[in-house]
Amino acid sequence: MKINALMIDETDNVVTCVDEVSAGSEVFYRKGNDILSVTAIDDIPYCHKVALKDFAEGEDVIKYGESLGKTNCAVKKGGWLWDKNMHSVPRDYDSELIDVTGGK
Amino acid sequence: MQFWGYKRKEGRAGIRNHVLILPTCVCGSESARITASQVRGAVNIVFNTGCSDVQANTDMSQKVLTGFACNPNVYGVVIIGLGCETVGHKPLREKIQAMTSKPVVSFGIQEEGGTLRTIEKAVRAAREIASDAGRQQKELCDISELLLGIECGGSDATSGIASNPAVGELSDLLVDMGASTMMSESIEWIGGEHVLAKRAATPEIHNQIIEVCRNYEEHLKAAGQDCRAGQPTPGNKAGGLSTLDEKSLGCIRKGGTRPIVEVLEQAARPTKRGAVVMDTAGFDISSITSMVAGGCNAVIFTTGRGTPTGNAIVPVLKVTANARTYKAMEDNMDVDLSAIITGEKTYKEMGRELVDVIHDVCNGRLTKAEAYGFSDIAVDHVCRFV
Repeated sequence: MKINALMIDETDNVVTCVDEVSAGSEVFYRKGNDILSVTAIDDIPYCHKVALKDFAEGEDVIKYGESLGKTNCAVKKGGWLWDKNMHSVPRDYDSELIDVTGGK
Repeated sequence: MQFWGYKRKEGRAGIRNHVLILPTCVCGSESARITASQVRGAVNIVFNTGCSDVQANTDMSQKVLTGFACNPNVYGVVIIGLGCETVGHKPLREKIQAMTSKPVVSFGIQEEGGTLRTIEKAVRAAREIASDAGRQQKELCDISELLLGIECGGSDATSGIASNPAVGELSDLLVDMGASTMMSESIEWIGGEHVLAKRAATPEIHNQIIEVCRNYEEHLKAAGQDCRAGQPTPGNKAGGLSTLDEKSLGCIRKGGTRPIVEVLEQAARPTKRGAVVMDTAGFDISSITSMVAGGCNAVIFTTGRGTPTGNAIVPVLKVTANARTYKAMEDNMDVDLSAIITGEKTYKEMGRELVDVIHDVCNGRLTKAEAYGFSDIAVDHVCRFV
């Protein structure tokens, strides 16, 4: 089995394919010391993301351990996540500011 | 670590010793190009503004022109103006002379009686300065004289996963040796600004990073535009970057992990040493223009899709972790980082290897874009020409 996808952070719910993957074939990725796999249900282009779980509409897509945005629709495990089925969410800058007099 | 560079009376050492032929405005650009083509050692820029601008745009143009002239890689400057532009050659020359002791001369096309007479004088002046520049010996300089600009462009998913972390490691190693690094492209912090802000050396810098992102979004909104409509670019999306947040979370990794000691306005010169960030566009050419104006003496550029860009004043070193791009565009790519993707090497190992490559570039190794003589420039604009 050849690793054909990369997981950046162990809390991620997607992996990035580093080869083209055709629907029905296996996506292998490393998580810690384990090699895990998911069956692709779509054709996944080079450099694109595959879902590691069933997403409902409006769920956070996590890579780098951070949200990339939310899904526009339900996406099944093994499905292709790309710019047509997910979107960026506006930031809440006020909540990110810290107290400059010390402490958050 | 030391490198062979050109010591300057003010500020950092140069890693190149160019004579810069500098137009004050669009109308001096062609004469500057012809002048530079006549003198070995001379470089020129093509300037697309400098006239019919509101004050904020003029301020930006002036920061770029004076910043280019003061860049440590420049030995001396020949300015070519027209005569009716917003800031003419004489006031620009006086401004530059107040900032640096390097040789600066200037000519105006209307005063001299047309382009040919101006070019004749400018070529003679550039020849004299280039002749003197040729006599300057390289001296051993400490690596702390290096201010490395860090750029990414034509990004795909390999950028955030591999090439940006490798360059982040390079940045950490350089900062630990006493050098400085500058990461820009603030629009590509949006979505990752809360992660970037964790690197802030002080609470004030933390909040500056957040506010830079808020202000960028507000600025575009005031013009009825949405940053998320232009970012990611179509190429980024094809390369697997689906949202601005995904692009940003990958982009910010190129700055490494060391504390951010200063947040700079566009094209401003750092006052601190270490890792600094600058508020610029995500448009690579404009971002590099501003970092070079801010005094960077070299730029490292990560790419996924591939880009040919180069700068007249500083070497731009192109690195990619996309094996297909490296193979397809080997004439433009300087370093292949794809071993990180295949798992043959770690990003930390490749970051260490990049230290040697940057050291070579400081010592005079030409990057591919430099060897071709590329000189892209884009001055950021606040609003329409008037």
